[in-house]
Amino acid sequence: MFSGTTTLSEPLPVTDRAAAPARVACQHCGTPCPPPAPEGPAFCCAGCRMVFELLQDNGLGQFYALHQAPGRRVERHPEAGRFDYLDDPTVRDRLVDFTDGRTTRVTFHLPAIHCVACVWLLENLFRLHPGIGRTRVDFTRREAAVEFADDRLKLSEVAALLDSIGYPPDLRLAHLDGRGRRPVPRRLWLQVGVAGFVFGNTMLFSLPQYFGLDALDGPAFRRLFGAMSLLLSLPVLLYSAGDYWRSTWLSFRRRRMTMDVPIALGIAAIFLQSTWEVLSGTGEGYFDTLAGLLFFLLCGRVFQQRTYDRLAFDRDYRDFFPLAVQRVGPDGRAERVALAQLGVGDRLRLQHGDLVPADARLETGEAVMDYSFVTGEAEPVVPACGARLHAGGRQLGGLVEVTTLKPVSQGYLTSLWNQDAFRKQRDDTFNTLTNHYSRRFTWLVLGIALAAGAFWATSGQTGRALHSFTGVLIVACPCALALAAPFTLGAAQRLLARRGVFLRNGEVVESLARVDAVVFDKTGTLTAPHTAEVVFHGAPLDGAERAVVAAVAGASSHPLARGIAADLGENPPVAVDNFAERAGRGLAATVGCRRVVLGSAAWLREHGSSAGDETRAGAAAGLVHLALDGTWRGAFAVRAGLRPRTERLVEELPPGVTADLLSGDQPRERERFAALFGPAADLRFGCSPLEKLERIRGLQQGGRTVMMVGDGLNDAGALRQADVGVAVVEEVGAFSPASDVILDARQVPQTPALLRFARQAAGVVRAGFVVSALYNVIGLSFAVTGRLSPVVCAILMPVSSVTVVAFATGLTGWLARRSPLAPLPMTNADQSPPTDVSRP
Amino acid sequence: MSVILILIPLSLLVAGGFLGAFVWAVRRGQFEDTGTPPLRMLADDEGTPRPTPPTTRSSRSTHEH
Repeated sequence: MFSGTTTLSEPLPVTDRAAAPARVACQHCGTPCPPPAPEGPAFCCAGCRMVFELLQDNGLGQFYALHQAPGRRVERHPEAGRFDYLDDPTVRDRLVDFTDGRTTRVTFHLPAIHCVACVWLLENLFRLHPGIGRTRVDFTRREAAVEFADDRLKLSEVAALLDSIGYPPDLRLAHLDGRGRRPVPRRLWLQVGVAGFVFGNTMLFSLPQYFGLDALDGPAFRRLFGAMSLLLSLPVLLYSAGDYWRSTWLSFRRRRMTMDVPIALGIAAIFLQSTWEVLSGTGEGYFDTLAGLLFFLLCGRVFQQRTYDRLAFDRDYRDFFPLAVQRVGPDGRAERVALAQLGVGDRLRLQHGDLVPADARLETGEAVMDYSFVTGEAEPVVPACGARLHAGGRQLGGLVEVTTLKPVSQGYLTSLWNQDAFRKQRDDTFNTLTNHYSRRFTWLVLGIALAAGAFWATSGQTGRALHSFTGVLIVACPCALALAAPFTLGAAQRLLARRGVFLRNGEVVESLARVDAVVFDKTGTLTAPHTAEVVFHGAPLDGAERAVVAAVAGASSHPLARGIAADLGENPPVAVDNFAERAGRGLAATVGCRRVVLGSAAWLREHGSSAGDETRAGAAAGLVHLALDGTWRGAFAVRAGLRPRTERLVEELPPGVTADLLSGDQPRERERFAALFGPAADLRFGCSPLEKLERIRGLQQGGRTVMMVGDGLNDAGALRQADVGVAVVEEVGAFSPASDVILDARQVPQTPALLRFARQAAGVVRAGFVVSALYNVIGLSFAVTGRLSPVVCAILMPVSSVTVVAFATGLTGWLARRSPLAPLPMTNADQSPPTDVSRP
Repeated sequence: MSVILILIPLSLLVAGGFLGAFVWAVRRGQFEDTGTPPLRMLADDEGTPRPTPPTTRSSRSTHEH
């Protein structure tokens, strides 16, 4: 927008852009720019030159050798005191990771991190200021943990330093309270390590017995090895198996049978039987089987728990709102204050691109509010002075001032988070396939064990009775069964991630497999935000006219103008003069000797052209009139374009799955979507976020398993209420409301393939159960007769585990390759440009 | 065969050493960020020393984050 907010890095005036003949790339950020006067590095703006010189002066020139044009444009004028609110103790204490009064460490989210040079520069930050200590960059999370000396630097100065070299910290309300969730907890890694260590060593101790070396050396070594195995197994039993004990205890308290119960039973049986054998000198037990079992089980957990930590699945409005806003004091001076300190009746100043943090009243300035993310309404709104602005709207015009009417936590938008759907903790680990089977399985195993024990006891063989009882528990310990699900679901999760579908956890695959109702949002989900279908009403434009209009429209950042410019295609560049833009009204400019006016009918009249046949043009939204040299020339009808292949979306859904539409937008496109969804679909327009949530709940009460596909904060409630909430993102890592699945927007048309694949994966889990059941039958046939030898156990357990794992991952991989849900082109997500979190 | 009595503790000692190294690596957080180190090694440091924290070396605590 060209509305008075000229910044350091604003693109060069349009006139120059078109006039300059040769283009070179800016040394710092790679933006095309005019060549420098003498031979030397070229820069697109003063900000880039400043950063370049600062780095050169401090011996950080290698930054430019590591990556081509590694910098980012410096966002805006270093506004003095921009980060001062960070020094406020209430903000500071909740933001820093660690402080001892002398050294403080703080972790900033820096969306600008994008290449190896960024990592290097930030980790060499100490060369820019003596008060900075060690910096650690976490590239995948785009975070940097900075240590600094409290007596030399303030927190605000650290933030300003990062900002000055082109890494403005992204400070959100949600950052105030601790994060640091780890992808795989350290404890789990240690448990795997201990189990693996014990597995290897007890196996070595067991080998002599398996190969009958007893005969050579007598029983002395056997007793020694048995005792050592027993000692080594204690850490496995007490530490590595800890989660199974806890989970079993919980199951008993909640009176719910989970898969962990038979596992814990099996572990206990193995340990007690083995200990008895060792202490009584009758054998050396199954300690290698015990450690191996836990090693495989824990590997399954690691495999499944590796989530995609670049993505946050639990975000709410606090991740969307900034940490601070500009408040205007009584003296008319603006200062940045933390959002938490904002009261009702405060006067705020909002610039282009800022969010309205709380429900507020417009005081001065021309507001153009973009509510697309909040309500799903695609068209920006132009409220009058004194009108009420809803929290979450984004200002697209110039500088405005507003007065807050409600606290941040009680706005139109944020009240959504007070709904029941957000309060109750979702227990999605219980109703899984595994638990469904394990409930029957456990009773069955206990039954067989008791029956076998009773059979031998009645025939007078007490020892054999005991042995067969524990033997059944040992063999039937559902190692293979317990591995089938984690490895299938974990593999499915990985394969889907490569295809742009990121799941919160493996269980989501099972929920996806049960889905029988899909509900789509419209704006941003079925329609693509940056595409426009443009139809020109009027006599077709000739080549010269197209070039002229494209140049003027291309100079604006308004979505409608962008759409028109894109539709007119590549045109020879021409110089644009006397550019004027009024937010929400239109554009006007001179190109050569031609006067171009684009905008609303009123805007055209204001500029002395008739607005043509207004009745024919109608009052339809998205109509942009064009006047050339004072004469009405026609009008562009602009509407959001559908994503490619959307037209086949509904018909390709698996049989029995219905598709509905829930849009927050006005019903002006009802016919278009009725044709797309077919006559049976329920299309609802103008839904508030709460109505969306209620609609999903209604479907669920009708016995449906609902998947909601949406993108905006207005879908947050529906996403949360749905059995599977799918948040659509244009860029992976950009803000998305809390959901179970984060879906790359390019894959939205492949939703049917996703559902089919999930159903197949659930089938693989069931097939894995069958395979492991076969092994159990073999093992049980040994066990019930009371003749289970450690060597049978030692062979059967790893063989069954490995075959089930190979079967599950192999079959899932084969199914994924056959699915039309193709891997996304290799853009190497890690090397992709940074995601601008503030622009969802 | 009594040499086994020496070899067994020795082998346990070696294996325990590896376990200790693994525990150390996990506690240092080496399994938490597997994306940055491959990038970090691409940049030569030209022999410049890593900085020491400005005042204390308190950052080594294992309970960080």
